[in-house]
Amino acid sequence: MQKEVIVDKVNNFLIDEFELEESQVKPEALLKDDLEIESLDFVDIAVAIEKEFGLKVVGEEMVDVITLGSLYDYIHKKVNRK
Amino acid sequence: MKRVVITGIGIYSVLGKDLESVKDSLYHGKSGIGYDPARKEMGFRSGLTGIIEHPVLKGILPRRLRVGMAEQGEYAYVSTREALEYAGIDEGYFLNNEAGILYGNDSSSIPVIEAADSMRAKKDTTLLGSGSIFQSMNSTVTMNLSVIFKLRGINMTISAACASGAHAIGLGYHFIRYGMQKMIICGGAQEVNAYSVGSFDGLSAFSTHEDEPIKASRPFDAERDGLVPSGGAATVILEEYESAKKRGAPILAEVIGYGFSSDGNHISVPNQEGPTRAIEMAVKDAKININEVDYINPHATSTPVGDANEAQALHKLFGDNKKVMISATKSMTGHEMWMGGASEIIYSILMMQNDFVAPSLNFETPDEYSEKLNIVTKTVNTELNLVISNSFGFGGTNSALVIRKM
Repeated sequence: MQKEVIVDKVNNFLIDEFELEESQVKPEALLKDDLEIESLDFVDIAVAIEKEFGLKVVGEEMVDVITLGSLYDYIHKKVNRK
Repeated sequence: MKRVVITGIGIYSVLGKDLESVKDSLYHGKSGIGYDPARKEMGFRSGLTGIIEHPVLKGILPRRLRVGMAEQGEYAYVSTREALEYAGIDEGYFLNNEAGILYGNDSSSIPVIEAADSMRAKKDTTLLGSGSIFQSMNSTVTMNLSVIFKLRGINMTISAACASGAHAIGLGYHFIRYGMQKMIICGGAQEVNAYSVGSFDGLSAFSTHEDEPIKASRPFDAERDGLVPSGGAATVILEEYESAKKRGAPILAEVIGYGFSSDGNHISVPNQEGPTRAIEMAVKDAKININEVDYINPHATSTPVGDANEAQALHKLFGDNKKVMISATKSMTGHEMWMGGASEIIYSILMMQNDFVAPSLNFETPDEYSEKLNIVTKTVNTELNLVISNSFGFGGTNSALVIRKM
């Protein structure tokens, strides 16, 4: 899957479901500090990733997912490893 | 002992989504009952139900505050906002003033069913989402509203079947009366969906007068054949009198008596003795003469046995005094179950404030017990000062509340 497709899907989800502004959704945005995504929200992000990409998110693997860009990369890597 | 007053009310019901529309429905005897064909496809005996729309809270509450709320929590959020606004309490009030919440709720079926379906299908609990647990628990309403409104006092849910909302108010009254809290948001919430009442329908407890839904709920009438499930949410702001006066709050009524009892008998068949004791206790607590009561909002769900027993209990208590008016608002709303004890206090207050008694719909032919009571079938324009509201539930839990106009 192309990275652009992943970025679009993740961004759409964050805008529709997490009610973020389009201007907030950029790769360098810090998930916790800039987007105010808290630990409970990661549970819903894992559900969304499963739904959109058919991927099982492993909590420990998410430790390095700090920015939105690193979330795209994480999904990109996992999708293409499938 | 402190005096306990009601300084705000809010309602989201099958009679309307706010106080004004509910008052109009009550005055004009407009029923909120309809027919849901989907229930018949699911194997229900009765497709009758109270008809209510889900409020849209997207854009009103941030996502994090919404995802943990089940349907009945959403109703309760809307009714609580209206009640707080009525009471003149703004968003910042609870940052400086401790207040509690005691709300009646006794089920949250849909999130529980959805979680079970998902686990069976996907065999992965991490896919249930973050809101599932907070929606599923019986305390879903109080846990969500306490966070949304930043409440820092007593915080718990009262689960007492169809008397839940009434006991919530009764217990709130005690907390304030004994000086433990100055303000408590009380109320009751009830989900409205087929899955939550399928097992109740299976007991053949629901009316099957499906041809004319608005004639199905007929408390005390000889032709009654069961209740109509319904729901929504009702919020009452209880406040310590001096404190309410000091902040210039609108004071609608005073809670002057609360009585409770348990039948200690059958799980679903009510008796006369239990409710009678609850009413007697409430009247004693209120220090009133029972014959001074102007209006009774009875439990009266339109079931054959329940109404007959309540009619006999009321006749025993009031004798042949026909001054006291009785009108069953469940004839319009259906049975609001966990919410009913709270909503019926609000219906009573709306009548008090607007000087009328709503009609008890479909009371056309009395039976041998109800013929001895003064059941109001047409709207009566009259001043109400003293009201008793009864609520009874499965397991024989009984509540009676006495309120006085201020």
